[in-house]
Amino acid sequence: MDKESVAIKARNLTKKYLRGSEEIYAVNHVSLDIRTGEFVSVVGPSGSGKTTLINILGCLDNPTSGRLSIDGQDIFDEGKTLSERQLTRIRRNLFGYIFQKFYLIPTLNVAENIMLPFTFYRKDGAGENVARLLHLLGMEKRKNHLPGQLSGGEMQRVAIARALVNSPRILLADEPTGNLDTVRSDEIGRVLSKLNQEEGLTIILVTHNPKLAQAAHRIIELHDGHVKI
Amino acid sequence: MITIYKVSFKNLLRKRTRTLLTIFGIALSAWVLASLLGFNKGYEASLNKDIDNMGFQVLLTAKGCPYEAATLMLKGGTGLRYMSEDVIRQVVNEPEVDKVTPMLMQAVFDPNKGESGGFSAYLGVDPVTFPRMKSFLEFKQGGWFTRPDTMEVVMGYEAAELEQREVGDLLLIPEKEIELKVVGVLKRTGTQDDGTIFMPVKTVQNIFNKPGELTGLGIKVHKEADIAAFEEKLYGLPDVQVVSLAQVKQTIMSLVTTAKIMVFSIAIIAILIAMVGVINTILMSVFERFQEIGILKSIGAMPWDIFKLIWIETFILCFLGGIVGTGMAYGLSKLTEILIRNLLPYAPTGSLIQLDASLAGVTLIAVILIGFVSGIYPAWKAARIRPLESIRSEVN
Repeated sequence: MDKESVAIKARNLTKKYLRGSEEIYAVNHVSLDIRTGEFVSVVGPSGSGKTTLINILGCLDNPTSGRLSIDGQDIFDEGKTLSERQLTRIRRNLFGYIFQKFYLIPTLNVAENIMLPFTFYRKDGAGENVARLLHLLGMEKRKNHLPGQLSGGEMQRVAIARALVNSPRILLADEPTGNLDTVRSDEIGRVLSKLNQEEGLTIILVTHNPKLAQAAHRIIELHDGHVKI
Repeated sequence: MITIYKVSFKNLLRKRTRTLLTIFGIALSAWVLASLLGFNKGYEASLNKDIDNMGFQVLLTAKGCPYEAATLMLKGGTGLRYMSEDVIRQVVNEPEVDKVTPMLMQAVFDPNKGESGGFSAYLGVDPVTFPRMKSFLEFKQGGWFTRPDTMEVVMGYEAAELEQREVGDLLLIPEKEIELKVVGVLKRTGTQDDGTIFMPVKTVQNIFNKPGELTGLGIKVHKEADIAAFEEKLYGLPDVQVVSLAQVKQTIMSLVTTAKIMVFSIAIIAILIAMVGVINTILMSVFERFQEIGILKSIGAMPWDIFKLIWIETFILCFLGGIVGTGMAYGLSKLTEILIRNLLPYAPTGSLIQLDASLAGVTLIAVILIGFVSGIYPAWKAARIRPLESIRSEVN
C-alpha cells in the first residue's frame, strides 16, 4: 500500500441518539480522510464525540448516516452495512485497539497475553511478531511476568503488543494514557511515535493529553460532534 | 504456544476458592451418581450371588408365611414348621428336577453366647447331596462328614472363629448336653454359610427328636426346565409351599426399589444443585469479565470463539469435579456401603457397591454432559456481548 493512499475515507458521518424526544448528535456530518501511515490525534472536550467517532472508524459502531470506506472497501453506505461476521473479519484483519484500561488476563504472563489473539485468529507469519514486539516495546525481560508484577506503563505496552500481534494496518487508541502518570504517558507517546515511524503503522489516537496529541502528524479537534476547522 | 484450553483454564484460576467450591459441588454430585450406579449394579449382583450360593433355585417348605420362608432362605434362622421326608420321594422323580437336598434347621439358646446369650443354629444337611449342590464350598481344614448319621459337625468360617474350634475339637450343643466332633472348617464364603454349623440331617433328627421331619427341601432344577410350570406343579403337593428364588428376589427387589427411588431422587436433586452452581459460577464470571470479553471480540474473537471459551471453562470444572467425585466414590465406597446398608430393609452379603471402569466412565460422561448443558446459557450470554457495549461501559 503506498504511503499516500487513503486508509480511511469518511463522508458526512452522523451518529444521533434520542434522549427522550430530543435528538443528540454525537457525531455530526464528519468528513475526513486518513492516509496510510498517518498518525492522527483526535482531541476535544468531554462529550464532543471523540470516542463515538473512533468507534465508527474502527467498525465497532454503526453511523446513523453517511459513508465509510476502509482500504477501499465500503463499510457503511447510507444505512447499508456489513453483517456482524463481516465486520469482525474486517476488525481482526485491519485494526488493533487499545483502551484506557488494559484488560490483560491476570493469570497469563506477558508473552501469553500478547499471544491471546492467536487463540481466535492468526495471520500467516504473525507468530514471529511476538519476539519482535517484545523487543520493540522493551518488554523482553518481562515476558514471563504476570500483569500484577508490571507498572501501568508496562501493562499498556503489553496491551499495545497484543493489539499489534496480528499485524493490523491501523491502530486505534482511545485514551491510552488515561490511567497513567505523566512519565508513563510520555513513555506511551514515544512508543506510538516509534510504531508509526518504524513500522509505518496508521494510528488514530483519542486523547485529552495535549502533549501526547502533539506527537501526531495531524490533530483533528471535535466540538459537539463537528470537526473544528 | 497459547491455546483456548489454556486460556480457559487460567481464567478459572483467577478465583481459586470459587472454582474449588464449584468443583467440590460437582464432585459431590458425581460421588452420589457413581455410588448409585455402583449400588444398582452391586446390589443386584450380590443378591444374585447370594441366590446362586444357595445351590438350588426352588425351596420347598412347610406351609407358612412366605416372607418368613424368604428370610429363612437368605438369612438362615429357625424353621417354624415341619414337613415329612416323604416329600422327597414325591419330588425327586419329576423330570424338571436335577438334584434335591433335604434340610432340617434347629436353634438352641446358648446362655454362654455373647454377653447375654444367643441362639446357635444347626443346619442338618444330607452328606451326599448337599456338598454336590454347594460345590463352591471349600474347606479351610478337614472335610465333610464320614457317615450319614455320625456325631460330627462342619463349621462355617465365622462360626468356627466365634466358637474358637478347629478340626478335632469337640462342640457342645447346649440344652442337649451332647458333644460332637468338628471334622471340617469351611473357608470364608461371604454368605450366611459362614455363620452356620452343619450336621448330618439324620443326626439333627435324632438329637432334636424330629424323626422323618424336615424344614426345607432344596431343589435344583435342570437349566432348560420351565421353573414357573414346575412351581405350579409343586403347588399341587399338600401342606407345602414353594419359595422360588425368582420370587424371593422379586420380593426383596420390590422393597429395595422404594429405597432406590428415594436415593435416586436425592441424586437428581444433588445434580440439579450442582447444575445451578455451575451456571451461577460461570455466569458470575461472565458478568465480571463483561468488558474483557468485549475486548476479546475487538481483537478478533467471533461469537463462537467466546462461546467455546466459556464452554471449555464449564467442561474443565465438570471434568475435574467428575474425576474427584468418581475418585471419592471409589475411595469412600466402604463408608457409602455402610450408609446404604443402614437405609435398606434387606442387604445381601458381599459388596453392595460395585464400581468399575465402565461405571466411572458413565459417571464422568454424565457429569460432563450435565456441565455442557449448564454451560450453554452463560456461554450464549457471553457470545452475545457486543464489543461496543463493553467499550461504552468502560467509558462510563
